[in-house]
Amino acid sequence: MHKRAVFNNRILPFALLAPQILVVVVFFYWPAGQAVWQSFLLQDAFGLATDFVWFENYAYLFADPAYYDTIWNTLIFSALVAVISLSSALLLAVMADKPLRAAGVYRTLLIWPYAVAPAVAGVLWIFMLHPSLGMVARGIKALGFSWNPLLDGTDAMTMVVLAAAWKQISYNFLFFLAGLAAIPRSIVEAAAIDGARPTRRFWTIVFPLLTPTAFFLLVVNIVYAFFDTFGVIDAMTQGGPAKATETLVYKVYADGRLGGDLGGSAAQSVILMMIVIALTSIQFRYIERRVNY
Amino acid sequence: MAGVKLEEVRKVYAGNVEAVKGVSFEVPDGHFCVLVGPSGCGKSTLLRMIAGLETTTSGVISIGGEVVNHVEPSERDIAMVFQNYALYPHMNVYNNLAYGLRNRRTPKPEIDQRVREAARILEIEPLLARKPRELSGGQRQRVAMGRAIVRKPKAFLFDEPLSNLDAKLRVSMRVEIKKLQRSLGTTSIYVTHDQLEAMTLADMLVVMNVGRVEQIGPPLEIYERPATTFVAAFIGAPPMNLLRMKAQEAAALIDGAAIGIPEDGAIVGVRPEDLSLSTDGSQPAGGITLGLIVNAVERVGPETFVYGSVERGDDIIVRVPGQDAPGAGERVVAVARREKLHRFSTDGSRRLGD
Ligand SMILES: Nc1ncnc2c1ncn2[C@@H]1O[C@H](COP(=O)(O)OP(=O)(O)O)[C@@H](O)[C@H]1O
Ligand SMILES: [Mg+2]
Repeated sequence: MHKRAVFNNRILPFALLAPQILVVVVFFYWPAGQAVWQSFLLQDAFGLATDFVWFENYAYLFADPAYYDTIWNTLIFSALVAVISLSSALLLAVMADKPLRAAGVYRTLLIWPYAVAPAVAGVLWIFMLHPSLGMVARGIKALGFSWNPLLDGTDAMTMVVLAAAWKQISYNFLFFLAGLAAIPRSIVEAAAIDGARPTRRFWTIVFPLLTPTAFFLLVVNIVYAFFDTFGVIDAMTQGGPAKATETLVYKVYADGRLGGDLGGSAAQSVILMMIVIALTSIQFRYIERRVNY
Repeated sequence: MAGVKLEEVRKVYAGNVEAVKGVSFEVPDGHFCVLVGPSGCGKSTLLRMIAGLETTTSGVISIGGEVVNHVEPSERDIAMVFQNYALYPHMNVYNNLAYGLRNRRTPKPEIDQRVREAARILEIEPLLARKPRELSGGQRQRVAMGRAIVRKPKAFLFDEPLSNLDAKLRVSMRVEIKKLQRSLGTTSIYVTHDQLEAMTLADMLVVMNVGRVEQIGPPLEIYERPATTFVAAFIGAPPMNLLRMKAQEAAALIDGAAIGIPEDGAIVGVRPEDLSLSTDGSQPAGGITLGLIVNAVERVGPETFVYGSVERGDDIIVRVPGQDAPGAGERVVAVARREKLHRFSTDGSRRLGD
């Protein structure tokens, strides 16, 4: 049975809820509503006249091949960020799970990147990867590879992927570490006694028991790569060169803020909003049945 | 199959906790050895060292004549049943049993045949397709046993495997484990803090206390002739009555004082079941006579426990058959025959005489 709080005063519960509701309405529903409304409007080039055009902005968007390029960029970018940050974090967590003497220091160091603001992370990586200034860039060139993220789209994509993935590793690391700690030690020991060597133990016991954590993190990472990487991209490439690193979120900004196409930009944000809702509901549905065994 | 031998085995955990302080014993091939002792005495640590789950600080552990100190657990060819069963939660029962065989690259048809054989012996055939979370505690226990026997290892190690079961199931599983071990003839080392479990299962009992072995032997021999007061009090329930007495005190209580109490005194022990209540105050020749005031009486059906204290203040338990017993507050006389008396040195570390 659930305990129910009983209020004698009829107004009190509403008064207690009001601040929360107010915040959600002002900062979420109101702008979301505005975006939807905006996406049905078309302004002329000088912003003098505004017409209500129903779905014309959406139709225009989906007829534009550049939009598909951006979708493709976003998919590649998100997949790479998720894969790189998840796998590195898992590797680091498995290493940190051992009873090392310096484990505390090691863990703290791994958590730091998460505290770095996206734009700062971007700048940090620019300094390392800048074709003429960066130390790492010099190393890459010394190995005989060409490297110029300012001109080459693939290099630029590599650079933003690295910076974005690096920032997310800490978060993933913490969850993987917690996930590992939640696996009873005796299960892994039983597997050892059952004749499984460490690598086999990892793939047949530890990894399957981590899949709920991994799935949860996959969704979080995709959401992150879709929406939270604006700062990194803006600081590093501004979506360039030649839009090679322009993701959906960055395009909303570029078209709306820089291009002045408010209706089209609003339509894009509505689409993004629907993607967030879809991803979040997958995640919630999954968390409810988190234990798959 | 193989014997297990420990020589001066020690374990010091990080932080200088000496959990095992030089333990030596040998379990001959096919024997059922039970390590018993109070919680925290180092039983699990010792078992885990035999399994290879803990490093051995010093000393030598051998299985089947081969020193295994630096052999990985996966290479020791032993099986272990954990207190929490440690079943693989994401695998069904069949795969839980098959896992160890697959790791050893056993051919598929043989795996199938052995899994089904083990399932038949443990009567878990209908459960093979279920996941561990769909099983009751007793069924999980059986699966854990099945996982151990299916591999036909050199030795079985058990760490308090029954302590998560309810009392009734514990007794029936105990009997089954014993039967199973007899029929398989596999060397077994079983850890428990429950002296009754220890007495009923063991061919060979090792009583441990704070990281040391107190006594090794067949269970009844340990019951009959405990080597220290610790063993005397730990083995047998209710525990043996222990009375510290000087020579002349002994002369007053013990007829003839012929059992020979040293001048500086001794600890005299007598089991509750060896005491009887004397109705006519008669004293057995050469035996002990204790005048008691009854404090409490517990009637459990087939027998009754009488709790009393002697004039000097020591608490005494008398176990009498049936339900006929004095009431609280009454004065009674408890007597025991001379050959039922145990004597220990005053510090309790040594058995005296006989
Ligand atoms: N991993 C560990 N690190 C430090 N001390 C430990 C560890 N495991 C057990 N101990 C200590 O070693 C002693 C023996 O523990 P254990 O072998 O588990 O006892 P038992 O199984 O007989 O109850 C205890 O004092 C316990 O606190
Ligand atoms: Mg223990």
